[in-house]
Amino acid sequence: MIKDHKFLNAKASFCLDIAKKLGATDASVTIGHGVSETVNFRNKKLDESNRSDDLAFSIDIYIGKKKSSISSSNLLDDNLKNLIEKCFETTKNTPEDEFNSLPDKNLLAKNIKNLNLFDETHVKNEKKISYLKELEDTASEDKKIINTESSFTENKSNYLLANSDGFCGSFKKSSFSASCVTVAKDEKSMERDYEYSSKRFFSEIKDPKVLGKLASHQTIRKLGPDKIGSEKLSIIFDKRIAKNILNAFAGAISSSAIARGTSFLKDKVNKQVFSDRINIVDKPDIIKGLGSRNFDAEGVKSETLNLVEQGILKNYLLDTYNGKKLNLKSNGRAGGTTNLYLENGKVTFEELLKSNSKSIYVTETIGHGSNLVTGDYSVGATGFLVEDGEFKYPVSEITIAGNFKDMFKNIFLANDLDFEYSTNSPTMMIEGMTVAGK
Amino acid sequence: MSNFFDKSDLARKDAENIVSDTLKNCDDGELYLEDSKSESIILDDNKIKSSNYSSDLGFGFRAVSEEVVAYSYSNEISKESLKNSAENLQSTLKSIKGTYKSEIPKSNKKFYDDINPIEQKTLNSKLEVLNKVNDYLRKKDGAVKQVTANFLGEHKSIEIIRSGGEAITDIRPLIRFNVSVMLEKNGRKETGVYGIGGRQSYDDYLKNDNWKSVCEEAFRIASVNLESKPAPAGEMKVVLGPGWPAILIHEAIGHGLEGDFNRKKTSAFHNLMGQKVASEGVTIVDDGTIDNRRGSLTIDDEGTPTEKTVLIENGILKNFMQDRLNARLMKTRSTGSGRRENYRHVVLPRMRNTMMLSGKQTQDEMIKSVDKGIFAVSFGGGQVDITSGKFVFNCTEAYEIFNGKIGSPIKGATLIGDGPSILKEVSMVGNDMKMDPGIGTCGKAGQGVPVGVAQPSILIDKMTVGGTKL
Repeated sequence: MIKDHKFLNAKASFCLDIAKKLGATDASVTIGHGVSETVNFRNKKLDESNRSDDLAFSIDIYIGKKKSSISSSNLLDDNLKNLIEKCFETTKNTPEDEFNSLPDKNLLAKNIKNLNLFDETHVKNEKKISYLKELEDTASEDKKIINTESSFTENKSNYLLANSDGFCGSFKKSSFSASCVTVAKDEKSMERDYEYSSKRFFSEIKDPKVLGKLASHQTIRKLGPDKIGSEKLSIIFDKRIAKNILNAFAGAISSSAIARGTSFLKDKVNKQVFSDRINIVDKPDIIKGLGSRNFDAEGVKSETLNLVEQGILKNYLLDTYNGKKLNLKSNGRAGGTTNLYLENGKVTFEELLKSNSKSIYVTETIGHGSNLVTGDYSVGATGFLVEDGEFKYPVSEITIAGNFKDMFKNIFLANDLDFEYSTNSPTMMIEGMTVAGK
Repeated sequence: MSNFFDKSDLARKDAENIVSDTLKNCDDGELYLEDSKSESIILDDNKIKSSNYSSDLGFGFRAVSEEVVAYSYSNEISKESLKNSAENLQSTLKSIKGTYKSEIPKSNKKFYDDINPIEQKTLNSKLEVLNKVNDYLRKKDGAVKQVTANFLGEHKSIEIIRSGGEAITDIRPLIRFNVSVMLEKNGRKETGVYGIGGRQSYDDYLKNDNWKSVCEEAFRIASVNLESKPAPAGEMKVVLGPGWPAILIHEAIGHGLEGDFNRKKTSAFHNLMGQKVASEGVTIVDDGTIDNRRGSLTIDDEGTPTEKTVLIENGILKNFMQDRLNARLMKTRSTGSGRRENYRHVVLPRMRNTMMLSGKQTQDEMIKSVDKGIFAVSFGGGQVDITSGKFVFNCTEAYEIFNGKIGSPIKGATLIGDGPSILKEVSMVGNDMKMDPGIGTCGKAGQGVPVGVAQPSILIDKMTVGGTKL
């Protein structure tokens, strides 16, 4: 099964030793191993089984302020030695960069908490198959469902990071995910939708019947959509889409975008970016959390960060390199956010639906329409027309557009936050967006 | 050619025996071995930001019976790991019996040379070009506030071993060179991005100081966008420029014509074979055989030689793109479209270079015929929902058209349309077909593969433009 700490540690020490002997002033190594097993079903029959076994190695070599990196999936000692030699040669020929360095020693993670991220349970293929059977039987109960595809994946991984300043940290993680995609058809249209559940512990993933019902319900209600006219409207984002808006915000406050000057949120720390109703937190130590970690991709300890307090931007997401550029200390966000969430609003989901006489409830967006330099946002969308709090009919082939700078100030949230993903938002309403349709 | 067995305790003969044994009661399958080297050298913010090299080696073992695919991969090429994989495949397929058909068509044609682009240019000369790009753009105009330039190079060596011991090999070079520039003027910031590439050496693309024209194009796009106004919102006429805007064809039509979605009847096109799906004069092909193009392949990832597949001929749907699995189940032949990102992934039917062929009209005639609409010259990414047929793509350079004349540039807007009906809205097809510059990567089921697109200018009578101006 998964390679143990001893194996990863021995490989990492081997690599650091070679780098040191060659004359590297600093080095940082990662060794990872992951095993993943997936079973796919289609129309209540076995469709595909997939097993993967992945080893990975990477090293950053520093000679003073010069740095380069190399990575490989081949962990044979011979190959590692050759690659490290090649990397050392490349480093010698790479120009200096004053900001290159390992993280400050006093920022490295020391107390490793047990975040309970690993479940030993092994779900045998037979068990995956019976889960998927039950799931698809439920999902296809309604005759309008003409196609079902579902999948169950078990993932186990072990990862170790070590550097020449003596840091050595590792963590074992597991995840169990089930998903179901259904296609529904009537005289007028054919539509697709999905539902999934992903947890660190097998016992916590959704019941197959619940998952199947949700997928089928969400698909059938999309049948027979209409286009609507072009106008300014309030958009209500389903939780699964609202989290993408939050991720776009995280992209815009990443220290690389800020340091490069390519973010619309540059120079906005301590300024009002959202309305004063909004608080955004990144919390790395949620037990069993999908984004939980003790340290970031450089070994720097990750602690809870209040990114936005009462609408005011308080922190960027900082790593060592870009932090130095900005004259700030890393806050343990190399590799991005951890468990990022928007705190609950004051109203219920139903109250949010009723807050405008007419709005669009968006369940899916398509396209890569977020421009983090200008803040412009424009994506294709499908969803429902909502009038006086009631879902009236499905709409599709529309676009919704705005600019994040305005959108952020017009966010209203329901009080239905839960932690289904690593980034989470309550149901989100944004007033005054442009809908383009007919 | 990589020898996958010389540093392993697994002898070629053992591997062949395990493959033949495992696949004897299956309909299809193979052992796919891959050795790839890649590099990425990035200049950003006045500095060489990173220089990465990566080497990846592994195998993917696939067994197929009826509709069921069993797949297992590892990046350890050893007797033990191949045996483990074999057991895993057999346990999935134990109750299904198939008949292995071993013949794979053969061809001697090759569409690129066996070169290693990474080794063909020294690190120092790559760094030199990147620094020149940075200096050139920053000197050119004080509004230039950020420059990013990078080299991406890849050398991939593959071998496919089929039951019975037949071995098929290919060596695939691939490079990309990109420049991105951000301008700032009067408090506004806009970026322009341009890139070139394909399956030749870096210097084939960069000779005669060609990096300058890449810089100029990125700068031009950013300058245009600095002057842009909010885009209109609503349904209107759209003229698409030649070349890269064919991403529209790729998203709107291409994915829906891939064999898997049609076998599973989840594509909006599955019951339209032989029917009219586009205006007369619209012909679309998917071609893997154009020399040195980004989407070209000598053989696909199942070993089938690629070809030029006619998808739509003069408006009529003629063919789907097929890999071996979907071809067998749909009782047709593989079109050499079976592709995978790397050994970690199963084969899927995918596009190669997707092209709409030239018609008779000029771009000028199209613009003149439009009272109110937009002229879209370049796009960022696109996406499609295969089942509903709805697709989007994002303009990175576009203009308003008023009374037959091109007006101001407009801000990046999303265009949205309906795949099965969009080609019926094509009312003019230009005489100016152009290939894209060699930059496309297509994503499907989590796998990215290099692709190309081409088209002439076209006029679409009705599309929804997702701007903010009502």
